[in-house]
Amino acid sequence: MIVNLIDFLRNRLGLIKLVGLAIIILLVAGDWLLVSKEHAHTSMEKIPGFWSIFGLASAVVLVIASKCLEGLGIARREDYYDK
Amino acid sequence: MINNLWIHPALILISGAILMPLVPKALKKTYLLIVPILTFATVFSMQGLNGNYGIVSFLDTPLIFGRVDSLSMVFAYIMSLMCIIGTIYGLNVEEDCQHMAAWLYAAGSLGVILCGDYLVLFIFWELMAFASVFLVWFRRTPQALSSGYRYLIVHTAGGMALLAGLVLRYQATGGDLSFGPVGVDAPSLSTYLIMIGFLLNAAAPPLHAWLPDAYSEATFNGAVFLCAFTTKTAVYVLARGFAGMEILIPIGVCMALYGIVYALLQNDARKLLAYDIIAKVGFMVAAVGVGSDLAINGVCALAFAHILYKSLLFMGCGAVLHMTGTCQLSELGGLYRKMPKTLIFTLVGCLSISAFPFFSGFTTKAMIMSAMFEEHKNIYAFLLMAASAGTFLVAGLKLPYFIWFGKEQPGTEPNRKAADPPLNMQIAMAIGAFLSILLGCYTPWLYKMLPFPALAAEYHAYSTYHIFETLQVLGFTGLFFYLFSKMLAPKPGMTIDMDWFYRIIGRSILWFAKKPVQTLDNNVGEGYRTIGLIPLMATARFSSWFDWNIIDGVVDGLARTVRGTGGLVRNFQSGRLQSNIFLSVFVVAVLITIFVFA
Repeated sequence: MIVNLIDFLRNRLGLIKLVGLAIIILLVAGDWLLVSKEHAHTSMEKIPGFWSIFGLASAVVLVIASKCLEGLGIARREDYYDK
Repeated sequence: MINNLWIHPALILISGAILMPLVPKALKKTYLLIVPILTFATVFSMQGLNGNYGIVSFLDTPLIFGRVDSLSMVFAYIMSLMCIIGTIYGLNVEEDCQHMAAWLYAAGSLGVILCGDYLVLFIFWELMAFASVFLVWFRRTPQALSSGYRYLIVHTAGGMALLAGLVLRYQATGGDLSFGPVGVDAPSLSTYLIMIGFLLNAAAPPLHAWLPDAYSEATFNGAVFLCAFTTKTAVYVLARGFAGMEILIPIGVCMALYGIVYALLQNDARKLLAYDIIAKVGFMVAAVGVGSDLAINGVCALAFAHILYKSLLFMGCGAVLHMTGTCQLSELGGLYRKMPKTLIFTLVGCLSISAFPFFSGFTTKAMIMSAMFEEHKNIYAFLLMAASAGTFLVAGLKLPYFIWFGKEQPGTEPNRKAADPPLNMQIAMAIGAFLSILLGCYTPWLYKMLPFPALAAEYHAYSTYHIFETLQVLGFTGLFFYLFSKMLAPKPGMTIDMDWFYRIIGRSILWFAKKPVQTLDNNVGEGYRTIGLIPLMATARFSSWFDWNIIDGVVDGLARTVRGTGGLVRNFQSGRLQSNIFLSVFVVAVLITIFVFA
């Protein structure tokens, strides 16, 4: 049953992408129009879609940081210590 | 009265472990279920109690084995619950020793959580280290063996720091060993030493490399225990002793970011999860540093939820390891066809750790974030939010995607062997998944147990603002993953971490011992033989000759003269009476003649 469901969804990847995109747009729109910002911790958070930008920027920065670290030579072969 | 009736839950586990070999095989599985359930029931029966129990006098010092209050109870509750889940997960393991090690380890953790003084704390602290190393060693691979030794050495070093700290504290306080808030306003050397001992177990960089090293080498069921007890027990002792210690905030934030950045680079699923533990424990350590009531509530809540969802993820990856023989993401992919149930349970863990609404991470981590913002630690709070996005990227997307979806590798050995694990493992995962959802949907269950229940009751995780904040961060992190998943594709290999230092230093010491020291030793030996031993032997031979011929010669010569004279005298003593009379008369006659004429 689970496998069939996943296969069913996999065969409709285009639709899923559209739904995902719709959700993301709705989130930003909702944040802009619906959410009361009186409980925001800082003034920055009053920017519409602040947490969307923040989420994307965090992912970018973290991945770049990990790639830089990898560039420093910490990535080694599996048997590095066994040599 | 109740003092006499009080039974330490760790005692049940310890006696259970000791008696295990005596239990007949037919009853073994029942026994494996009953003992942890009994332990949990004992902890459960202590709910609502407050005070010190199990006080034993030792050398005029009262040792407190059972400090029961809301802080210790919430941790004891989740640890004993975890012991049930972990044991069910490992029920198909036939070896008694593995279950014994796991129970002793859990007992150590319960002992630390319930203790009221440093001496008892130290004993159980060491029990944890020495019992848990067997969960690594029982994997029985050469890597696991050496990893276990490193684990033990590092923990012994941490134990030494703790011991040194408490000895100094004992002197400074004039013999007071009670374990409570250490006085974070005026920290002394002893405070820092104790903190280092605790932080090592919490896996704070640079003292963290033991965790991914050992947890990725442990047995499939051992890792489930390991991921729950050591770090969260350390979080408990930090919350008990170091609440409000400001330096813990930057340390915790560093842990969170460091853990995520390293987790992004991992190819081994359990190593990825291990680095994510460091990140999540970082949240807790930072909140301990904040130290407000809400922050301490958040520490307990997140630790509680984290034990459930992290063990669930370790169970899912353990199942993959157990069935396919590997945990390397680059060798896996498309397993949803073969292991659909494991996928569903693990997904619950993924959604929980990523703090989706209606899952446990959402209702617990939010408290820490609120506490950080309330105390105006805004920069640290934003950094922790960034780490949250990273957690979703790593444990919520990368991990399940590359194991269960991604590129299927038909025909490879892992893919051929893949199947859902034995029923007991599925049941354990189902319990973990159920409780993770329960925590997300029915908050009073946990909130009532927290150290400040009134404050927790006022806390509403499901505010519109919080829901939108979380979903936006998750949504856009997901978008990033969709666009750049190739950048995160796992590559065969490993990363070097702080353990490089002691592994390379260790290797240098070995090389130093093998090459220069041994060569020097050989040369000194040879030199000694040439300039020392040979003249010595010559001297010895001369002494021997001198002794034999000269000294003995003199002594023997004397003896030979006496013997010769004796022999001569004997010739005169023939034994015949007439000869004797004649000889005597002759001698007397000679003497008289000399006397008369001289």
